[in-house]
Amino acid sequence: MPNPIEQYARDLSEETREAVRKSGALTTGQRVEILQKDYEDPDALRRLAGEIKQHTIDHLDSYLEQAEASLTKAGAKVHFASDADSARQCVLGILQQSDVQRVVKSKSMATEEIHLNPFLEKQGIETVETDLGEFIIQIDEDTPSHIVRPIIHKKREEVAESFEKHGLGDYNTDPETITRRARVHLREKYMQSGAGITGGNFVSAESGRIVLVTNEGNARFSMAPNKVHIAVIGIEKIVPRDRDLAVFLNLLARSATAQQLTVYTQFIKGPRMPSQPSGPEEMHVVFLDNGRSQILGESCREILRCIRCGACQNVCPVYRHASGHAYRAVYGGPIGAVLSPLLGGKASFPEYADLPKASSLCGACREVCPVDIPIPDMLLKLRHKGKKQGVSTPGSFPMAPFATLATSPTAWRTAMTAARAMNYLPMKLAPIKPLRDWLGDRTLPKWRGGDFRRWLKTRKGNNADA
Amino acid sequence: MATQSIERAVNTEVQLMMTCLCDAFYAGVAEATVRVLEAAGCRVHVPEDQTCCGQPAFNGGDFESSRKIAQHTAKVFSGDLPIIVPSGSCAAMHLHGNGLQFENAPDEGQMGVRSLAKRTWEVCDFLVHGLGKTTWPGRLDRRVAIHDSCHTRGSGTGAAMRTLLGSIAGVELLEIGQAEQCCGFGGTFSVTFPHISTGMGTLKLDEVHAKRPDMLVSGDMSCLMHLNGLAENQERALPHCHAVEVLAEALG
Ligand code: SF4
Repeated sequence: MPNPIEQYARDLSEETREAVRKSGALTTGQRVEILQKDYEDPDALRRLAGEIKQHTIDHLDSYLEQAEASLTKAGAKVHFASDADSARQCVLGILQQSDVQRVVKSKSMATEEIHLNPFLEKQGIETVETDLGEFIIQIDEDTPSHIVRPIIHKKREEVAESFEKHGLGDYNTDPETITRRARVHLREKYMQSGAGITGGNFVSAESGRIVLVTNEGNARFSMAPNKVHIAVIGIEKIVPRDRDLAVFLNLLARSATAQQLTVYTQFIKGPRMPSQPSGPEEMHVVFLDNGRSQILGESCREILRCIRCGACQNVCPVYRHASGHAYRAVYGGPIGAVLSPLLGGKASFPEYADLPKASSLCGACREVCPVDIPIPDMLLKLRHKGKKQGVSTPGSFPMAPFATLATSPTAWRTAMTAARAMNYLPMKLAPIKPLRDWLGDRTLPKWRGGDFRRWLKTRKGNNADA
Repeated sequence: MATQSIERAVNTEVQLMMTCLCDAFYAGVAEATVRVLEAAGCRVHVPEDQTCCGQPAFNGGDFESSRKIAQHTAKVFSGDLPIIVPSGSCAAMHLHGNGLQFENAPDEGQMGVRSLAKRTWEVCDFLVHGLGKTTWPGRLDRRVAIHDSCHTRGSGTGAAMRTLLGSIAGVELLEIGQAEQCCGFGGTFSVTFPHISTGMGTLKLDEVHAKRPDMLVSGDMSCLMHLNGLAENQERALPHCHAVEVLAEALG
C-alpha cells in the first residue's frame, strides 16, 4: 500500500496541482522580495520573533494568567476549554444565554480545528462564514486546504457553478462579480445575526488586546452590528507585550501574502465602551488548549511558536505536489505534518504517524518560517517516535541490517565489491514494489564499489594513505 | 538543515570521508577530492574502516541504528584532524544531525561523536572558508548550472562553490530558477513517494534546462544521481558532475 499522501498526489488532477503549485511559487517568490526590500537582515528578524515566541511558550502558564487578568480588566469574559468538545459547549452556552439564533464568523483555524460550524448548525444555530474563501468552502461543504488561502485548490469555474447552484446569481466566473455577489449576500447576514465569532492572531498578555488581521474587513463587520463577540483562540497565541506585536505583524503579512501589512489590522481591547457608537456589548475569549499543553511537555514544543502564516505550505514541494487535503487534517503541509500527529495526543498519534514521512527533509520550510521553527528536526523526532512505538507506516524500511553492515568494516568492504553483481541484474525485477516504481522512472549509475579504494592503493607517488 | 558557520578545525593534514555513495558508485568524485585537496597543499588520510555517516537510518527515524553508525564513524575518524567530505548532506549529518539524535545523551554515551561536528567540512567550504582559497587555476570554456543541495542551506558551501568555480577562466556560472526547491531525492523519500519525487525532479530539470547549460554541477552526488536517473528516462540527460570534478579537471 502506498503512503496515503503519495496516493492522494497520484489521484489529484493536474489542473489542481498546477493551481496549488503556481500560487505557492508566486507567493514564495514575492515573500522573499518584500522581506529583502524592507529589511537588511530578515533572518535576524525571524530569529527574534522565534525567540519571543519560544520565551512565551516556555512561560505560558504565567502569561496565560496575565492575559486572563488583563482581558478581564478590559471587560472581557475569559473561558478556558481543555478540548474541542468543551470549547464547542462553551460557545454554545454563551450563545444560548443571549438567545442567539444566527452567528457570523470570520476566518479562524481554531474554530476549524474544533469543527464548530457543523456543531452549531446541528444545534439549530445558523452559522455563516464571512471570509470569501471560507464562505465558498461552506456552501460547497468542503474543507479548507491551506491556512491562509482556504480555496487554493478550487478553480474559478467551480466557484461560479456553486454560486449559481446556491441562488447567488447566474453562472459568472469573473472574480469581481463573485466577490460583489458574496458581499451583498453577507451584508444582510451581518445585520441579521446576534453574535460574531472570530479567532485571534495575537493576544497581548500585558494589555489584553487581541489582534485580528484580515484583508476583507469581514472581522469588523462580524463585530460591529452584533451584541456579542466571541473570540476562540489557541493558548499559544499569546505574546508578552504590545510592542512585541510590531515584530509579529511585520512578519505575518509579509510571510503569508507578501504584503507589508494586511488591509485591516484590528486591535480589540474589551467590549464597546460607552463612548463608542457601536460594537459588541459582550466580549468573550475562549482559550483553546486541545492538546497544546501536552505538546508543551514534549520534545516538539517549538511547533507552538507557529503564527499560522502558511509560508511553509507555499514553499513545500510536497504540499505543492499533493495539495493540503492530502494531509487528512485541518492543517496541511509541513506545519500539519508536525501538528496533526501531536494535537490529538497519544490516541491519535498512530493515525497520523505517516505524515512526518511525507518530506524529503529539504528544510525549505525552516528557511521561510517567520518564527524560525526547526520543522525538519520535528519531523525527524516524530519519525523516531513512530519507530520507538512500533507504528508501522508505508515506507518504513528496516534499518538494523544496514547498521550492522555499516559498523562492520570488513563486511562492508566485501559488500561494496560483491554488489558489482547489481550491474548485471535486470533492475525492473527489483524485489519490492516501491523500488520497482522508483526504478521505473529512473536509471541507476553503474556500480563501482571498491574502485576508489583500489585506486588509492595502486596510485603512483601516492601521497594519500589509508 | 542549517549548518550555520561554526568554528571548526583547520589543518593541511586532513582525513577524507569518501561517503558511501562514492564508495559504491562515484569513485571518480572521491579521486577528484584527493587530487583537489593535494593541489591545495593538503596531505590526505583515508581511514580504511569508514563506511557511512548513518543518515539513511537517521532519516528513517531509526536513531538506535544511526547512533551506532555515528559512533563507528567517530571511532574511525578519531583524532583532531579536519574531516573533509565531498557531500553537503553527509557533512550536515555530522554538523547537525548527530546533535539531534544524541540530544539529551550524556557525553560518555556519545563516544567521540560530538567531536565530529567540530572538525567536519564539506570540501568546497573547507577550501574557501578553511584554507582561504579564493581562486582556482586552469581554463574550461563551459556554461555551468549550479544545483544547491538542500542540506547545504545556511552553510558556506554555496558561496564557496561559486567562488571557486567562478574563478576558473572561461567558466560561466548559471543560477537556476526556484533554487530553493528540492530535487526530490531525499533518500528513502524517493522510494516511498515515487510520484511526488519524480514530479519534483521533473520541475528541477525544467529549471535546469531552461538555462541551457553545458553541464550541471552540485556538491552532492545523491541529487545528481536522482536527477540524471530521471533525465535519462526522460531522454534529456546532460553532463553532470560534482564540483570537485570540475576543479580537478581544471587542474589538467
Ligand atoms: S510553521 Fe512557520 S511557516 Fe508554517 S504556518 Fe507556522 S509560522 Fe508559518
